[in-house]
Amino acid sequence: MLEVRSITKVYNPGTLTEQRLFEDFSLTVEDGEFVAIVGSNGSGKTSLLNIICGSIPIEGGDVLVGGTSISRLKDYQRYATMGRVYQDPAAGTCPNLTMLENLSLADNKGRPYGLGRGVNKKRIGFYRDQLAALGLGLEDKLDVRMGSLSGGQRQAVALLMATMTPLKFLILDEHTAALDPKTAETIMVLTDKLVREKGLTAMMVTHNLRYAVEYGDRILMMNRGRVVLDRAGAEKAATSMDDILAMFNRISLETGN
Amino acid sequence: MDVMELLTSTLIQGLIYALISYGVYITYSILDFPDLGVDGTFPLGAAVTAVLMTRGVNAWLTLPISLLVGGLAGLFTGVVHVKLGVRNLLAGIITMTALFSVNLQIAGSNLNIDRGTDTIFTSAPVMALLGDLSLTGRKLVVSAVLVIVIKLLLDAYFRTKSGLLLRAVGDNATLVTTLAKDRGTVKILGLVISNALVALGGCIVCHETRSFSATMGTGQLVYGLAAVIIGVSLMNFYSSSRLARGLRKGGVLRLLASPQGTTAVVLGSVLYKLCIQIAMSLGLPTNMMKLITAALFLLVLVLSGRKGEAIIHA
Repeated sequence: MLEVRSITKVYNPGTLTEQRLFEDFSLTVEDGEFVAIVGSNGSGKTSLLNIICGSIPIEGGDVLVGGTSISRLKDYQRYATMGRVYQDPAAGTCPNLTMLENLSLADNKGRPYGLGRGVNKKRIGFYRDQLAALGLGLEDKLDVRMGSLSGGQRQAVALLMATMTPLKFLILDEHTAALDPKTAETIMVLTDKLVREKGLTAMMVTHNLRYAVEYGDRILMMNRGRVVLDRAGAEKAATSMDDILAMFNRISLETGN
Repeated sequence: MDVMELLTSTLIQGLIYALISYGVYITYSILDFPDLGVDGTFPLGAAVTAVLMTRGVNAWLTLPISLLVGGLAGLFTGVVHVKLGVRNLLAGIITMTALFSVNLQIAGSNLNIDRGTDTIFTSAPVMALLGDLSLTGRKLVVSAVLVIVIKLLLDAYFRTKSGLLLRAVGDNATLVTTLAKDRGTVKILGLVISNALVALGGCIVCHETRSFSATMGTGQLVYGLAAVIIGVSLMNFYSSSRLARGLRKGGVLRLLASPQGTTAVVLGSVLYKLCIQIAMSLGLPTNMMKLITAALFLLVLVLSGRKGEAIIHA
């Protein structure tokens, strides 16, 4: 269980541009839940993910995993149980390393990075199978520099890398937003498959309302640092995309977006 | 001095100074960290070596000791940058400035090693193996062996897990964080290795010239950068050439098709020394050397079209 407990987040505190985003904000995510988070720009979606991952500090409150506070842990320590895929396909891989080197790096997560061989040749077959399952023809490109692949291909590899080792949480930060519609669909299907197969708890920020309705077990809509809609289970099943869109439009009008 | 002799001495210089370019390659190309501390670490290696030699310490022992003190200097820059949050350029400047005094403290003043003291080039094991060669010949062989051994060690290291992580941190530090590793620690490790090699360069130069001077570090970062940029630019040019593509198709020559970055910077170092040597041979006074170094560096930057942005390890 992941818990965000009455957090406060203030940007530029004590200045003219001070902006209080979260005040006494709380959220609980159950194990195995796939939470889709929607909301207009500036509503606090990505800030929430950054707070959970420890990328940005908070002014108050606590983040807990399984009842234990992780607030004192540095960002890299939190990633021991978390994987993250970013909006920018370049963020999830090393452009100047080959795909094989990238996969090998990710495969070693959780173990020491010592003086053993960086690439374990015995794992190449496994990588090939994983890549072949994507259907993007990547299995023959293991020795290609990551930077020379397309955005969609890189994002697919980033997703594989983020979920390669055992983990509890998958954080998806608009990870299909920079892709063309067809590639975005491919990545979304892959995401869903990985989350279900590995039984991950996932939090996905998206601007694509259809993805939120179709793939999320639970939908959160955020506005100005507050959850304005939270539907799960039967309630969520009864929610159509039109409902969400209508609500989204109403809020956008209210906030002048 | 005849032409052959001049070329040989240039080659020796290029090889010895390649140790600096290895260090700069790690910081600048791999870590994307322009480490000005190099200008202090290089004479640090020489200062330590000069003092040890004048106290009668075995010549070969100065090599690991230089590596160690250079590593400590790198550790200092790394801690200032990572733990104290000082920008990379400034962290290097602090180390460089501090080391100027430290070096003088270590050496007392500019030092000369008298002719009676054995350097690595005149030490017993080298004389036993290469006694038939002239001093110049021994310098060439010893520095070539050193440079090749370190190249092979570095290449092997870059293929280890730790080496991959080091390359990753310069390429995409965010990824290293999501791999649950502290990017700062990895950067510090890179700075330690880099500065250890630069100090080793200072150590060998001290053996070669039998001297330490407090100002010998000035412009060494520029030297290393120029060597790295020349080498890597040529390598990129070569790798995309028809010849390399042909070689890559197969056969025993395939190894020649994709040169390693370390090979490239050795080549860059030798070429750069050669350019400077040519300029000097054309009659330019020694006082103009740094000006020539700077002018050539500018030329290299403009010609390679890089103008200072990082060139990441391929």
